Amino acid sequence: MKVLWLQSGGCGGCTQSMLCSEPRSLFDELRDAGIEFLWHPALSLESGDEALSILEDCAEGRLAFDALCIEGAMLRGPNGTGKFHLMAGSGRPLTEWVERLARHAKWVFAIGSCTAYGGFSANTPGNPLEACGLQFDEQTPGGLLGAGFQSSAELPVINIAGCPTHPGWVVDTLEKAALEGITAGDLDEFGRPLLYAGGLVHHGCARNEYYEFKASAEKQSDLGCLMENLGCKGTQAHADCNLRPWNGSGSCLRGGFACIACTEPGFESPGHAFQETPKLAGIPIGLPTDMPKAWFVALAALSKSATPKRVRNNSVADHTVVLPAIRKKGGGK
Amino acid sequence: MTRLIVGPFNRVEGDLEISLDLENGRIQSAQVNSPLFRGFEQIMVGRSPLDALAIVPRICGICSVAQSAAAASALADAMGIAPTPNGLLARHLIQATENLADHLTHFYLFFMPDFARPAYAGRHWHSAVAQRFAAVKGDATTEVLPARASFLKLMGFLAGRWPHTLAIQPGGSTRAITAGERIRLLALLREFRGFLEKRLFGDSLAGVSQLASKDQLLAWATGRAGDFPAFLNAASDLGLDRMGRAYDAFLSYGAYDLFPAGTWQGGQVSAFDPVAIDEDTTSAWLAAGQPRHPAQGETVVDAGKPAAYTWCKAPRYAGQPYEVGALARQVIAGHPLALDLVQRDGASVMARVVARLLELALVLPAMEGWVLALQPGEAFCAHGDMPDDVTGTGLVEAARGSLGHWLSIKRGRIERYQIIAPTTWNFSPRDGNALPGPLEQALVGLPAGEGAPPTEQHVVRSFDPCMVCTVH
Repeated sequence: MKVLWLQSGGCGGCTQSMLCSEPRSLFDELRDAGIEFLWHPALSLESGDEALSILEDCAEGRLAFDALCIEGAMLRGPNGTGKFHLMAGSGRPLTEWVERLARHAKWVFAIGSCTAYGGFSANTPGNPLEACGLQFDEQTPGGLLGAGFQSSAELPVINIAGCPTHPGWVVDTLEKAALEGITAGDLDEFGRPLLYAGGLVHHGCARNEYYEFKASAEKQSDLGCLMENLGCKGTQAHADCNLRPWNGSGSCLRGGFACIACTEPGFESPGHAFQETPKLAGIPIGLPTDMPKAWFVALAALSKSATPKRVRNNSVADHTVVLPAIRKKGGGK
Repeated sequence: MTRLIVGPFNRVEGDLEISLDLENGRIQSAQVNSPLFRGFEQIMVGRSPLDALAIVPRICGICSVAQSAAAASALADAMGIAPTPNGLLARHLIQATENLADHLTHFYLFFMPDFARPAYAGRHWHSAVAQRFAAVKGDATTEVLPARASFLKLMGFLAGRWPHTLAIQPGGSTRAITAGERIRLLALLREFRGFLEKRLFGDSLAGVSQLASKDQLLAWATGRAGDFPAFLNAASDLGLDRMGRAYDAFLSYGAYDLFPAGTWQGGQVSAFDPVAIDEDTTSAWLAAGQPRHPAQGETVVDAGKPAAYTWCKAPRYAGQPYEVGALARQVIAGHPLALDLVQRDGASVMARVVARLLELALVLPAMEGWVLALQPGEAFCAHGDMPDDVTGTGLVEAARGSLGHWLSIKRGRIERYQIIAPTTWNFSPRDGNALPGPLEQALVGLPAGEGAPPTEQHVVRSFDPCMVCTVH
């Protein structure tokens, strides 16, 4: 599978993250799965005219490739000119290159939330950059390529959303495409592969005991659940961050900070401060997906009343202050 | 005179285009264009102040933590708080992990592949270097990428993930390290040390740190197995120890309480004066006006501005272009090897690469010391309140040089946010006095065009540019 990769209104962080793929070298891993980069802006030798001729040949259908991976938002401004990002050396808007190349791709992958839905570039008040995703403008279908776009594999853009993407999300999706293709059934309604977006960030969260008892962190670095006070959206965000660890053993929650739902369209402007939970009458507004509010309120009241001292005290400290009790054989009366 | 437009200039972070005016196969003048504008400074306006911590890392996927640290410092300055001792150590560790990983990524993935170019096929070192460093296919990546991924597991413990963490806070870190994790951090550092000593240097880190002159360096490299010696061998053969000089004026904000802030010019170290910085928009597609200190800076798009050629502003220190990066840090810190390289031949491709790899040898042992100094059980984060009307400044060193954030808060909201990134300094355009930026200066006189060796490729990449940060 030949992969052509371009970057636009983003930070390059999805590529930097992908290079953390493990345990093997990313390049060895992809090569053995039959995947090669025809050109990648951060990795390939070809520069300047050599690179432009590869891109031109692909855009004209003279050089075959399978997957078009785009990393970064599509910047259509100012006034529709695309001048906020002219591809270096070509004088042409990056958006124009993407439109030309997408016509020849078997699959088009949006790498990261910027590319999928517009990202931070689309979140300056009034969107002066006229930024959008490949096939979405935040939650609204459309984007650069239009709601009706299908690649030659008869699929819409595959949105590997995340800010950044986990290396496994990208590598596994590319390898699945190379192995057996991708079908519409492999994607959710925002075009995200279910292989990583089929569950919630909450699943596998190491703070689950605190969540169960609603033993909440009150300030940054506390061990407790981050949902009630510190803005965590792990119960609403679609991704497997706590089942598929980051950088060996990490995740946002394991790092002690809130999930800001970076795989969701529009996460950049939540309507409240990122690290604070908006509340109405003391109850968080953003309740877990699938959970009726009354249930949550009742369950929260019950679990708070039943919180063990260990859980309550540890939740507002940055290290364990009460150890779990040890039950000795023959004791416990 | 012919004009050559070079782009996309890849294996830099982000997008870069360079226009060269050539006369008899030599560069007469160069214009550096940063062709991508995202407007992060405007994204911040009107937000809650601490939102900056979630937004600024997304400026850059390779200096993400440096952006976080600059924002956290500026917010701490505004709040009038300082990190706890553990919080400060954690921040040093997180920043150093990113910076050293970036030095490694730059050397192996961005910089060295150019030596595998067919243009060098006749050189005595070419076949071995091509075998090891060819882009994507070179042997080295089989070891380097796992070594890098393993080293970045430090971030899994200290910062949750990399890039784009929210762990760095004004008062320290959200992530308290446990006694057991402290042992694991040391093991990861030891593993990375093993890779560096065995593959990159072919010597102990202490042995590399003690090299004190260019002569010692080249004698050390002769006949030594290792990737750094292989670079020195090829670079000496190509004369890259005398190519790529800019102004030999260096600036550093100081890093990790290990390398001091200052400036260096003409053999003189001077104290750094934060008031002496301003930004000029003459050559940028931004509204014209007098140069402004970033605390009063503006970023107003003027896409049709005549004679402009980039989205990048021109930062100046006391009105002069300054070079930032590992070489600047080490020259200002007075490392004898960095000083000797610069005083003999001026800043060069070789000197910049040497300084970067020297930092790997100098900083990793310091990281081991910081881990040992962590006190599990003591606080990792201090807390404070944000005044409603206040200003703050955060100055840090990213891998590729000095990064500054200047913010002002009014009625509890961000009113102004200005950023000067390392490559904004190095790849700045001409200012109101027509003074070219450091790279523009460094390219003058080099061979280019049809049949010329790819010298300009080495010179451009020797700065380790990060274009996504440059304009932001």
